[in-house]
Amino acid sequence: MEQPVATIASLAGAVKRYGALTALDGLDLMLHRGELLALLGPNGAGKSTAINLLLGLVRADAGRVSLFGKDPQDIDARRRIGVMLQSAVLPGTLSVAELLRLTMSYYPAPRTLPETAEMAGIGDLLARRYAGLSGGQQRRVQFAMALCGRPELLFLDEPTVGMDIDARRKLWAAIRQIVAEGCAVVLTTHYLEEAEALAQRVVVLAKGRVLSDGSVHALRSRVAQSRIRCVSDLDAAAIAAWPRVTSAIREEGRLEVCTEAAEAVVRRLLDADPALSELEVLRAGLAEAFTEITREESSQTEAA
Amino acid sequence: MMEAVQQTAMPEASRRMPASRVIGAYWTEMRSECIRYLRAPGFMLPVMLFPTMFYLLFGIVMNRANGPDALRYLLASYGVFGVMSPGLFGFGVSLAAERDNGLLTLKRALPMPPGAYLLGKMLMAMLAAAVVIMLLLAMAVGLGHVPVSGGQAFLLLVTGMLGVLPFCALGMFVGTLVKGQGAPGVLNLVYLPMSFLSGLWVPLSMLPSALQKLAPIWPSSHLHAVALRAIGLGQDPIGTHLLVLAGIGVLFGVLAARRLRRVG
Repeated sequence: MEQPVATIASLAGAVKRYGALTALDGLDLMLHRGELLALLGPNGAGKSTAINLLLGLVRADAGRVSLFGKDPQDIDARRRIGVMLQSAVLPGTLSVAELLRLTMSYYPAPRTLPETAEMAGIGDLLARRYAGLSGGQQRRVQFAMALCGRPELLFLDEPTVGMDIDARRKLWAAIRQIVAEGCAVVLTTHYLEEAEALAQRVVVLAKGRVLSDGSVHALRSRVAQSRIRCVSDLDAAAIAAWPRVTSAIREEGRLEVCTEAAEAVVRRLLDADPALSELEVLRAGLAEAFTEITREESSQTEAA
Repeated sequence: MMEAVQQTAMPEASRRMPASRVIGAYWTEMRSECIRYLRAPGFMLPVMLFPTMFYLLFGIVMNRANGPDALRYLLASYGVFGVMSPGLFGFGVSLAAERDNGLLTLKRALPMPPGAYLLGKMLMAMLAAAVVIMLLLAMAVGLGHVPVSGGQAFLLLVTGMLGVLPFCALGMFVGTLVKGQGAPGVLNLVYLPMSFLSGLWVPLSMLPSALQKLAPIWPSSHLHAVALRAIGLGQDPIGTHLLVLAGIGVLFGVLAARRLRRVG
């Protein structure tokens, strides 16, 4: 039996203006149970405003905002969420355990302290004063505070800023574990690799509207390009004239060819130059897709 | 996918917050707020040192010759002076800082029960006020040999702990107007002139008569009258003073709460 996808939070036609600036311009966004959604967009695209509306920190000028079917300012709705904000200075004279116990006290059925500490990987920090921790450790404590209430929906705003690669991978593992338990996650991030590694669904915002909404796979396939790189003596200008080749350039002794038909072009390259070596074929990643989508948008608005 | 299905089926009732846990949340918040400041010497030391040093110097050392009644009078004056600072600074400086550094935003996003944040700060200010009054009482009795009865000491303590509240409201109002680093300066501009103008440093009778007439504007002059009465000086009825103090507390409290809700 298939369970219908349950919507747990939504923005419908949400408009938010700050003076003359329109931060959200009729945004529609649905969050589904158990889903990890990455919210991407250039600075000023409206990501933070969208999250602030869902958290009840600001009110929409128009449109509807719903969190578990209620107004986000209703405390009963917020008892089902966990929050990690981009910047929050926590009381430095409290210990990590005291900070966690305080946050746990806000929730009806929180995790135990050892469980929370284990999930966030901060078991060794519990007795330490918060002010004495490194930036990366403080972020992990903030993450622990976000998950300690056993939330059904977790908001993570740029969670891995200031973390080294090892800490970042550990946090990703913890996020996956939480999603596997059925918790939905909304993630904003500047690291596209982070969205690529974690997200089931990616929503790209620009100028307060949704530009693209779909799976990581679907987003990537909007950019059908692949990039072929190899060492070869072939003339780049001549290859650029081949059918289905978008561009071909020579860079630092390597030939770089962009195409939508990688297989056919590779075959022809190998035929043309038997001495060709160090062949690489790269699919366009999320970064290329993201750049492509936001560029399309800005060129459209300029034309309009 | 089992977990997701189970969670969907989870009954609404099990997510409801039992009253005992709501009370627990208030309690934990108040406890954290107190511990947090008691461990911060940058806050506690000035709050305790200024009134006690002043009382020692200008009271016990310089005014001993004028007899125990002078020291009794100054106990009330420096008591009020000492009680104002945890109210004004404890509330104002921390609120201004926390509006700036994201802590208040996080607390508003978390399901913290309404008002727990402010209640915590209020309790912290009351505790700090109690510590100041007890230190001053110990000095007055121990070093100044002022005869203070148990009842008088108790009344002065209650006056200090409740008297801090209008200054909490005033500090909170300033904290909602100023953000971040600017708050201590603005609060000192309120604190020091107000202390002087309401006769906490120099008795009112020695100030120019124009300033004497202005004194009832300042909340600290009303608290001073109540504190003098508590310690056994003065026969004037204190009903009006209490009403003014309560009114100031409610007025600034409501103004600040409204601003806090609107602009955060």
